Amino acid sequence: MAEPARAKPKPTPETQHFWDGTKAGELRLQRCDACANVYFPPRPFCPSCASRKVSVFKASGKATLYSYVINHRPAAPGFTPPYAIAVVELDEGPRMMSNIIDCPQTPEALELDMKLEVAFEKLDDKITLPLFRPAKG
Amino acid sequence: MRRNQVAVVGAAETTELGVIPNMSQIQLHADAALNAIADAGLKLSDIDGFATAVETPQQMAHYLGITPTWVDGTSVGGCSFMLHVRHAAAAIEAGLCKTVLITHAESGKSMIGKLPRSTAPDSLNGQFEAPFGVYGPPSMFPIPVLRFMKTHGITHEQLAMVAVMQREWAAKNPRATMKDPITVADVLNSRMIAYPFRLLQCCLVTDGGGALILTSADRARDFPRKPVYILGTGESVETPMVSQMKTFDSSRAFKVAGPLAFKEAGITHGDVDHLMIYDAFAHLPLYGLGDLGFMPYEETGKFIADGHTRPGGKLPLNTNGGGLSYMHSGMYGMYALQESVRQMRGIAPAQVPNAKISVCHGVGGMFAASGTIIFTNER
Ligand SMILES: [Zn+2]
Repeated sequence: MAEPARAKPKPTPETQHFWDGTKAGELRLQRCDACANVYFPPRPFCPSCASRKVSVFKASGKATLYSYVINHRPAAPGFTPPYAIAVVELDEGPRMMSNIIDCPQTPEALELDMKLEVAFEKLDDKITLPLFRPAKG
Repeated sequence: MRRNQVAVVGAAETTELGVIPNMSQIQLHADAALNAIADAGLKLSDIDGFATAVETPQQMAHYLGITPTWVDGTSVGGCSFMLHVRHAAAAIEAGLCKTVLITHAESGKSMIGKLPRSTAPDSLNGQFEAPFGVYGPPSMFPIPVLRFMKTHGITHEQLAMVAVMQREWAAKNPRATMKDPITVADVLNSRMIAYPFRLLQCCLVTDGGGALILTSADRARDFPRKPVYILGTGESVETPMVSQMKTFDSSRAFKVAGPLAFKEAGITHGDVDHLMIYDAFAHLPLYGLGDLGFMPYEETGKFIADGHTRPGGKLPLNTNGGGLSYMHSGMYGMYALQESVRQMRGIAPAQVPNAKISVCHGVGGMFAASGTIIFTNER
């Protein structure tokens, strides 16, 4: 029997550009052309000023660790506990949930505000997830 | 909304709390509703307004055999019932109905007649949270707490004391699920669930329900129980995605709902005799004390650890034992409301002597929603 897989996102018309981006190795955010607000999750208008004139751009992929839990039980399908569920703060401003890879999943190794960089994990031909690892240097 | 124009005249929980393997979820609603109707000395046919959450108003109205002229199906998580009280008070004042029944029940432990929670893969939660291993409230609700601790200088021991203090209240309550005393060491040595939280810092999982009946304060005098008046109310929502909260240093929904209720009530924090802060997890009372303006966030952990919220303390908090020790069926707000009503009636198992004002603050989802009700027993 196959191992249960992790929950897989299903893009909508408003989020397709984001998932196309991760597939291409880019973290794509949106910026309001009217007020310059950078926001996440994706939508075709600015949640700050309601302008529909917004642009997609490639984010730096740089982030810091904002907060996290190390989940022990119950574990989600496709995950081996203990594993950290993190919220990272992107250099561009928005925060997003992710996992921290290439790092022990311990309170000692996972220091709040540590520098991170995006890494891409391909789930299948359609979906690649944005994960984060400790920044080099 | 005007103060003290609407009162609670009926309040009851399900006959049993804890593990109830012989009742479906809708029957738990009915059990609580029939107990509340009896408490108020009413007949079901007297009910012309109805509110409930998760189960739909049409489901429960039909099951109970009532024909409402006003319904509210607001379903924003565990504080839905605080919002129902607020909406019902406005509806009664506006003349849309006279006598409102609010029911909650959940077969949270036995899972009989309860739909499992699911997250659609094309919802925003399904796309931007579920893939990263969140799996039920224990993996999500504590995500903000490490940031809160760092910003405000809160310690692990202080967060353990939340559970210790609430167990002291639960020990006085025959209906509490967990009554044995615990120490900080017990909490910090209990099984890890989602670091930094351990088993004793996470809510119970139980079956049960509760119901309230509200009517105008003028009519309330003719009911058998001492009326408990609605003095102030507040509500708000923020986001269904915990990762998208504006900040983890506080809850925006709490900071809107709480102060709104205080303003409406026209009271100061010093007027509060009794306080309920929905405690699905041990950090919530700290957020509540700060967001409702009782004290700076930096002082919240020390305030609880110093014993000010324990039996005999100056700010009695979660006097039924809370979601950590009393019961938690999944949407605990109704039980917090029930305890506030008992305290205002003067019949709580751990009664706060001469309590005249009770603040009852609820959360829905993972800081997704909030509702605050301030009660008084004086008009
Ligand atoms: Zn804008």
